[in-house]
Amino acid sequence: MGKPGEVPLKTKVRGEVFIDDLRCKGCGFCVEFCPTDVLAMSDGYNPKGYHVPRAVNAAVCTGCNLCGLYCPDFAIFGVRNLG
Amino acid sequence: MSADVIAPPPPENPTEDWLREERIPHIWCPGCGIGTSVNCFTQALEESKLDRDNVVIVSGIGCTGRVAGYLKLDSFHTTHGRPIPFATGLKLANPKLKVIVYSGDGDLFAIGGNHFFHAARRNVDMTVICVNNMTYGMTGGQVTPTTPIGAKATTSPFGNIEEPFNLPFIAHSCGAVYVARWTSFHVRQLTKAIRDAIAKPGFTFVEVISPCPTLFSRRNRLGDGLDAMKFYKAHSEIRNGADTREVAISHQSKIICGKFVDITRTTWHDAQAAHLHRVMGNRFVPPRNWEHLIKSDPMEDLVAETIRDSSGDGS
Amino acid sequence: MSTAGLLTGPQFMDGDHACAEGAIAAGCRFSAGYPITPSTEVVERLAARFPEVGGVFIQMEDELAASITIQGAVWAGAKAITVTSGPGFSLMMEHLGLAAMTETPCVFVDVQRAGPSTGLPTLPAQGDMMQARFGSHGDYQIIALCPDSPQDCLDQTIRAFNLSERFRVPVLLMMDECVGHMIERVVIPEPGTCEITPRRMTALPQGAEYLPYATKDCCDMVPDMTEAGRGHTPHITGLTHDERGYPAMNTDAQRDLMLRLRDKILKFEPEIRDVRLDQVDGADVVVVCYGITSRVAIPAIETARAKGLKVGWLRLVTAWPFPEPVIRDLAARVKAFVVPEINLGQMVLEVERCAAGRARTIHVPHAGGAVHDPNDILRAIEEAAR
Repeated sequence: MGKPGEVPLKTKVRGEVFIDDLRCKGCGFCVEFCPTDVLAMSDGYNPKGYHVPRAVNAAVCTGCNLCGLYCPDFAIFGVRNLG
Repeated sequence: MSADVIAPPPPENPTEDWLREERIPHIWCPGCGIGTSVNCFTQALEESKLDRDNVVIVSGIGCTGRVAGYLKLDSFHTTHGRPIPFATGLKLANPKLKVIVYSGDGDLFAIGGNHFFHAARRNVDMTVICVNNMTYGMTGGQVTPTTPIGAKATTSPFGNIEEPFNLPFIAHSCGAVYVARWTSFHVRQLTKAIRDAIAKPGFTFVEVISPCPTLFSRRNRLGDGLDAMKFYKAHSEIRNGADTREVAISHQSKIICGKFVDITRTTWHDAQAAHLHRVMGNRFVPPRNWEHLIKSDPMEDLVAETIRDSSGDGS
Repeated sequence: MSTAGLLTGPQFMDGDHACAEGAIAAGCRFSAGYPITPSTEVVERLAARFPEVGGVFIQMEDELAASITIQGAVWAGAKAITVTSGPGFSLMMEHLGLAAMTETPCVFVDVQRAGPSTGLPTLPAQGDMMQARFGSHGDYQIIALCPDSPQDCLDQTIRAFNLSERFRVPVLLMMDECVGHMIERVVIPEPGTCEITPRRMTALPQGAEYLPYATKDCCDMVPDMTEAGRGHTPHITGLTHDERGYPAMNTDAQRDLMLRLRDKILKFEPEIRDVRLDQVDGADVVVVCYGITSRVAIPAIETARAKGLKVGWLRLVTAWPFPEPVIRDLAARVKAFVVPEINLGQMVLEVERCAAGRARTIHVPHAGGAVHDPNDILRAIEEAAR
């Protein structure tokens, strides 16, 4: 809660994660290093036979794009949603 | 006309803008760290706000040598070990270009070692990014000048016995004005290091310790790329300003990371332009795109030429 | 381009210096080199002269570096030259191939000395002629020119640049120690008085989509070039590539590229050809020679003519692509070719191949270290005329 007179933030900064299944090679970097544990490897395979990550805890994604910075295959990225 | 709701276009991967999209997916193995370093590089370029038409990337041969071909920049995939002299030609002929060399440990320090030493000595204005995975990936996992003692490679099947190069020490002793080492785990720090290196005039060097799961880790029974990344997280020590003599890497031991060198030295172009202008006077005709290097007052030339080293604490 | 610092008119200089002045006259403003006898005077001259004419010279750490540094400079928009001799020429083979593959116009100068290996560093030979043609791995075509005097060193250097730009190919100037160190009168042309071929630069505007190896719209199989900094984002690679410059690892792409790299030179051989002829019509014997040997042959030919023999003189200024039609045509009309050269048999193989048994081919070898004794050439002419 803010002090009297301050405009409180309506919501927390939230984000969204996007995954390109076709590019993913299943290295797991994004799952391991997501700071809010949004991601988990799925049991399913992509057409190339790799397990791909899924946003199992999407509500806590901040859109920090650390997954995007780690992903060696340019297959995942996060986007911040303000408001 | 119906009021169709137009869905907003799906957001794009921030790296995408820098890629030759039609060439993706790339050839790198699952868990290879080269792609991670490319994200940091493109992020650093994004933050640098450079005129991207003037950014040129030059690679040698090998897995990291393929980086140039995936980036939507003026890109040159040269011969094995020779990206640095090619880049030297680009920069000398047009000093307005921002020249980046992106290659691997075998390319830059085995077959290309001599060129690295001399470009650093001359302080040609360029940034060299070396992805060091301690092996030749493209040819199948042979020993390189950075393979740690004891590690196995296809051409040292019983374990390497040769002392590996300590790359930051080499870069420092040859005259690089900026030297940093990070691993592909340190994505934020690596991005900043590349950004700083690009911004700094002179020969700047960033080493990126990076997993080669297929040919280094597997042969040495070290797991996959993710295991290597976890190892970097657990066993890296950030020591900015460390003495470069003390940052050598042993097999599966501590990796010292950080910015080790950050000094000022007159670049090749500044020294050459100032010197020729001073000794030749009006007889000196500046080459194309060198006009901005010529000082109007010859005394400034003298100053520019004689500020060889201003010490930095390296932190 | 500014005319400041340009040297013109009659001068007295050696072939190495004339080569350097020829480069300047051709618009070359970049050179990277490495010292090696007997070519060093070329780079010494360029190092001294370039700052006066807006050029850049750098002495690199070795010939591998020098031969690729010039290619970086070319892609930054410069005309560029590197200069070497035997051992350095061997090191440059890798980047001769790169220039051929990436179609990078540039000039390599080889001031030939006796080899193999370190050989006789200060003494002449013509032993690198096959290396010039076939020295780098794989299939490719190049152009090689052989000057025979300091004036010709200047003239052929200019032509080497013009041909390299016209065909986007590395051009070799195959000098030898004698023409390199011989001092004679050299007339440097006034700017604007000799033909200078400009780079075939794409007309596309800044940032436009550009295909670095597209040749559909041009009749001569030579693509338009660009330079770094124009927003054309070319990808240039030594790998087999498609018209986008992207690696294409398949036999179709390899075939298309190899045939084009071959045909863009061989189909234009008549345009590239420069042979000098003297009294070949009606001759029984034609002496085929190049470089310094084409001058050494002259007293032998004159003596033979004085003895009543019908002897012609054919000087190969363009050694590669080999002027096959000229030799084929002559082979039907003469008894024999005499081929003196300062090696144990190189260009003679080409003469023999083109003569195809229709005329005898007599080689006059010399192991190197000196020029021929003209009497040796005379004896070969007399034998050929029998």
